Amino acid sequence: MKKLHENIIEKLLLVSAVAAIFVVALITYFIFADGLPVIQKYGLAHFITGIDWHPLEGHFGLLPMIVGSFLVTLGALLIGVPLSVGCAIFLAEIAPKQVTGLVKPAIELLAGIPSVVYGFYGLVILVPFIREVFGGRGFSILSGSIVLAIMILPTIVNISEDAIRAVPKDYKEGSLALGATHWQTIKKVIVPSARSGILTAIVLGMGRAIGETMAVIMVVGNVSVLPESILDPVRTLTGNIAIEMSYAAGEHSQALFATGIVLFVIIMILNLLVTLVPKRVGE
Amino acid sequence: MDKVRSSVYWEEKVAKVFLWASVVITLGALLAVIFHILQHGLMHVSWEFLTKEPRLMGKEGGIFPTIVSTVYLIAISLAIATPIGIMAAIQLTEYTQKGSLVKVIRFATETLAGIPSIIFGLFGFAFLVLFMGFSWSLLSGGLTLAFMVLPTIVRTSEEAIKSVPLSYREGSMALGATKWQTIWKIVLPSALPGIVTGVILSIGRVVGETAAVILTAGSSLNIPASVMDPARSMSVHLYILAMEGISMEKAYATATVLIILIFIINTLATRVMRRMSSNLIS
Repeated sequence: MKKLHENIIEKLLLVSAVAAIFVVALITYFIFADGLPVIQKYGLAHFITGIDWHPLEGHFGLLPMIVGSFLVTLGALLIGVPLSVGCAIFLAEIAPKQVTGLVKPAIELLAGIPSVVYGFYGLVILVPFIREVFGGRGFSILSGSIVLAIMILPTIVNISEDAIRAVPKDYKEGSLALGATHWQTIKKVIVPSARSGILTAIVLGMGRAIGETMAVIMVVGNVSVLPESILDPVRTLTGNIAIEMSYAAGEHSQALFATGIVLFVIIMILNLLVTLVPKRVGE
Repeated sequence: MDKVRSSVYWEEKVAKVFLWASVVITLGALLAVIFHILQHGLMHVSWEFLTKEPRLMGKEGGIFPTIVSTVYLIAISLAIATPIGIMAAIQLTEYTQKGSLVKVIRFATETLAGIPSIIFGLFGFAFLVLFMGFSWSLLSGGLTLAFMVLPTIVRTSEEAIKSVPLSYREGSMALGATKWQTIWKIVLPSALPGIVTGVILSIGRVVGETAAVILTAGSSLNIPASVMDPARSMSVHLYILAMEGISMEKAYATATVLIILIFIINTLATRVMRRMSSNLIS
């Protein structure tokens, strides 16, 4: 019954489905092929524990960038998580329908705004503001954290809200029937039940923060020195690649691919964490 | 007893104030960004700005070449990612839903969605620009972006195809249609609005991408004559204007154009999505 062209189409479908695997493999191969030789030559320890980044003199210490990425991301989570989880609880539990109808499209729109636009806003408003209020140069961990916090809000709000809405109604009704107040129910029943979804949202937001490049470059100052306070400038792993890639050659270029490997491994670990988080209550 | 009651009462109040505040701050922060940029940029956006070529590295004149380059990048990336993404989604929903291959495919799609754009940029540079010899060009940039939006298109298409009621398929098969005829004539048309939404959202991602584009398409300000020419997208242009301090006025104007564009894209996406849900109900 099946015609020849249907067989061909079915083959094509399979090939397309496998394309994603193929692309991931290609990416992994090309990043590692270009970055591994220099890591092997100088040793992994040189890269991840060295604090000296002078690629033209053969010093490839990535520790300042690893610390930079880590601190900026941590700051973004400290600011962004309470706000966005609060926002998600509000939208799922408290907001009147009309408010949700207004807030949701607004958040979706903001999720689509290009990251350079957020970076540009950080550059013209946030950096001068921090310079004037807290001193320093303004280009700092703090400004990077704030810009990233704004950027990860939509991700965490959307996914956590879905998770909270997915909590069975009976749980809530049971709790209310036992005499708990609405907030007690949210705190003791709803949020714990939606815990895995909220956790997934936070890890995804974290991945977005670590991986963000342009917005961060525009506000953190990009100095490859270990920071001493949150008002110090830093450079992130992503920034290290983006800033120097245009003129790097030879080992310098390979060292940037090595930076890519470090970033890639961090992101893969986060991705694995997401898949490990149980999808539903009780699983 | 009263003490307990009143502490519960106060906790309730404080918590709700916090929840309200978090929404106000979240929306406030996000809207402040948009408002500030429109306020300073809208007056500099004119017909000339959109249709004239830049002079003095963009300090004067318009952004026409960057618009052309952005359109090229959208066209190339979607021409590649859309058919592959839809076909992958059909395979995953209509043919093999279970098994270890599907698990690997899903893992790969999720991984692809989580890889930072700068890594795509590095990969595009190593693979397309150098290894394939495409150099910094619209082709390298477009292909890199195609890889980046592939997961979005696969996922949204999958959702759309899944939401087509089973009875549609059964009806078609009962009338003697083959599986592929059913997919082509019944399932895909019903899923089309959802698929289109995914494609529109991908356009937004392509428009906004900067890091990967700079590493693969370069930052030449000339109007590209072919897909093998280097080019600068609007987002890259905004980045360079702001970071090199070329012109804040032009940077605001470019950011404004980007925001308006994203606004239009999002409105289109929600419109199409709404039509989809009303179609399925009727």
